[in-house]
Amino acid sequence: MPTPDVHAYLEAQQRKSLLRFITCGSVDDGKSTLIGRLLYDSKLLFEDQLAALTAESKKNGTQDGDLDFALLLDGLAAEREQSITIDVAYRFFASDKRKFIVADTPGHEQYTRNMVTGASTADLAVILIDARKGVLTQTRRHSYLVSLMGIRQVVLAVNKMDLVGWSRETFDAIVADYRQFARKIELENVRAIPMSALHGDNVAMRSANAPWYAGPALMEELDAVEIDETRRARGPLRMPVQWVNRPNLDFRGFAGQIAGGRVRPGDKVRVTPSGKTSAIARIVTKDGDLAEAVAGQSVTLTLTDDVDCSRGDVIAAADDAPEAADQFEATVIWMAEDELLPGRSYWLKIGAKTAAAQVTDIKYKINVNTLEHLAGKTLDLNEIAVCNVSLDQPVAFDRYVQNPDTGGFILIDRMTNATVAAGLIHFALRRAQNVHWQAMDVTRESHAALKNQRPAVLWFTGLSGAGKSTIANLVEKKLNALGKHTALLDGDNVRHGLSRDLGFTDADRVENIRRVAEVAKLMADAGLIVLVSFISPFRAERQMARELVPPGEFFEVFVDTPLAEAERRDAKGLYKKARAGQLKHFTGVDSPYERPENAEIVVDTMRLDAAAAAELIVSRVLAQR
Amino acid sequence: MGLTHLDRLEAESIHIMREVVAEAERPVMLYSIGKDSAVMLHLAAKAFYPSSPPFPLLHVDTTWKFRAMYEMRERMARELGFELLVHLNPEALAAGINPFDHGSALHTDIWKTQGLKQALDKYGFDAAFGGARRDEEKSRAKERIFSFRSANHRWDPKNQRPELWRLYNAKKHKGESFRVFPLSNWTELDIWQYIYREKVPIVPLYFAAERPVVERGGALIMVDDERMRLAPGERPAMRKVRFRTLGCYPLTGAVESQAETLEAIIAEMLTSTTSERQGRVIDHDQAASMEKKKQEGYF
Repeated sequence: MPTPDVHAYLEAQQRKSLLRFITCGSVDDGKSTLIGRLLYDSKLLFEDQLAALTAESKKNGTQDGDLDFALLLDGLAAEREQSITIDVAYRFFASDKRKFIVADTPGHEQYTRNMVTGASTADLAVILIDARKGVLTQTRRHSYLVSLMGIRQVVLAVNKMDLVGWSRETFDAIVADYRQFARKIELENVRAIPMSALHGDNVAMRSANAPWYAGPALMEELDAVEIDETRRARGPLRMPVQWVNRPNLDFRGFAGQIAGGRVRPGDKVRVTPSGKTSAIARIVTKDGDLAEAVAGQSVTLTLTDDVDCSRGDVIAAADDAPEAADQFEATVIWMAEDELLPGRSYWLKIGAKTAAAQVTDIKYKINVNTLEHLAGKTLDLNEIAVCNVSLDQPVAFDRYVQNPDTGGFILIDRMTNATVAAGLIHFALRRAQNVHWQAMDVTRESHAALKNQRPAVLWFTGLSGAGKSTIANLVEKKLNALGKHTALLDGDNVRHGLSRDLGFTDADRVENIRRVAEVAKLMADAGLIVLVSFISPFRAERQMARELVPPGEFFEVFVDTPLAEAERRDAKGLYKKARAGQLKHFTGVDSPYERPENAEIVVDTMRLDAAAAAELIVSRVLAQR
Repeated sequence: MGLTHLDRLEAESIHIMREVVAEAERPVMLYSIGKDSAVMLHLAAKAFYPSSPPFPLLHVDTTWKFRAMYEMRERMARELGFELLVHLNPEALAAGINPFDHGSALHTDIWKTQGLKQALDKYGFDAAFGGARRDEEKSRAKERIFSFRSANHRWDPKNQRPELWRLYNAKKHKGESFRVFPLSNWTELDIWQYIYREKVPIVPLYFAAERPVVERGGALIMVDDERMRLAPGERPAMRKVRFRTLGCYPLTGAVESQAETLEAIIAEMLTSTTSERQGRVIDHDQAASMEKKKQEGYF
């Protein structure tokens, strides 16, 4: 190719757009074949690969020696055998108009998690159907997830049409069946294409085998559909601030990727959640200031006023800013082996903001196959539910359907740091807006001063029978004798009242601890030294309790008694019952106890008796004030 | 007119770099001096402008890079305002590890793999940018953008985090770290197009020129300096060659080429695809295209 042509070619290449899509279906539907075919037809296979594919097809192929495109993606099959988790593989090809990124989500067991991940960045979904089989449960499941994740463009690829003799009746019946279901789940833009991925019919080019079909081939459709970023550019301005750019005292820029709308110098903006208004001064880039920037661009904005704005805030259109709330309803897709525990504190990341959050209530679970609503107290891997979510501070957000970048969030386990869930925000809960914090005239400091003490929470944790209650009782007596004002919250006693509606499942234990932690906090606010005696087996909940009170006021007291010793003592006969199977979820027997890693005080009951332990604790607590 | 694919790839890479800087305590950019590194550097300069990129460059050196690469390294660090750290594995240096006596596998492992871990530990980096792309080979197609590593730099494929939307989970415990790949979604062709569009400086070895080479096992090896050991009877000859990838010079083969400009390089890359378009696929010389495919990294 002579150089002048390259020049023209490069100019044309530079005007290409980028479309991301996801393919849904199993290998049986011809998904790998379709992807292989797209790569082949867009000339991204080289001679040697074809030679290898030809040889491989003869040897291992399923197509009687013809090219078996599924083999191209076989690297993944091998990995599956090695039990490496494959969730999403990304592949690349291009047409003359567009570059494409395909999210390919193999595997069946973790399909929901994988598909949701792949779908989160997709503009379009290709849903494959085997023409011989029609709309299956799996088709409905994929379609529901596509709809849930807000993908607006769907191609229904009715594949293997060659095996039904290119029957128009078969195609029409499948499409009619599918459209009826699609309407129910609000999938509106569905383009149905009769196809044979194996032979390339209606993939890159229209096929003569279906003269009755007047629509586009798949590639034409991929070239034509609207890219979601273009839609978002028509919405109001949203830019989550990622990083404050401060090279010197004269420059303060806010760096981020525009998630919605467009922006020009002079535009009025509102910084949320604070609500402060200002105007855009400059759109700074290394290649010079811009007159305008649109959704999708990464820019640095400067404002005309010195308003407070930091990472996690959203710079938004002044007259159409996002809501800010600390409670909302959302769809939560659970992605971890460990179940979701309502009441447990997780990190929630939305845009560039990370806050502590808990799922306060599972309203209902959704069966992805039947769309039925089910009751549930926890969520397992790949389960989906509509939940109420509560945060420790207000964050700016949009409804997910309006803007996935400002309405989608992830939940992160605070102990393992794993990403455990994806969330799609529906709306703020009204009570978040209507229940305000009442400012107190008598502060916690004045409460404490009146009692001539510093408030504290002594959190006794350990196995059942470790000696927590005995020691806590002694500590309280000693503090009392020293003129200190105290309160003692005991696990058994609280379960007779405050938590009498709760059982002993992990979910109920978490909720029980949450209640007690909140009560302890209120009592500490009133100036008391609060003693809490609870097994509290999970680190996450002890951490939550710790974070409710000011630093330095929380003392985690680990009453360390080996399981064998606690079981030997068995003052209440509980271990015996648990071992006999009469007590379920008993800590240490069939429910885990997570040992504290950084307890302020550790009491080794094999070396200290209760009185000595109490003496130690009192001296340590009083010494630190 | 919407954003082009290069605009969007650029914006995504910048977004990723800013997330790392906002969340990591001590990030670093691994710099290999090749074309992908060149693009990564260029993007980093854009991402933090008008500030200088708030992390150093780390070159895990082997002492066996082409001289032109060392010149490029110094020049880029200076021009883009990076602090440049060069790490040489002291054990490899002491043992005189080299590709001639120890073979390429050992050479690479000791200098590069072990060297990298040493450097990351030495400086306490908790996030390291790398220029790897998902299109380089089949197995990389599923690699995360934020690739989590345990305290002893291990990659646990079962413990990688799902990446949704533009949300990256950069939480970690002390001692743990991330490798971050801002060019994950770029292809080989995107890289060349971007270099062309942005006039990104690259090492001159990518362009064809008369260079002294010897032929070994079908590869053309450039005689870059006197350390190149010649086999008995081996005599360097001047050939017009260029490099498609750059590594340690006795291990990196050149290809014969007339491509002296970016346009010509891209044209050369496209020839094989063009020939496929014209349906002459199977007639082509298989060995040549195998090499091409691998070096260009389409798959």
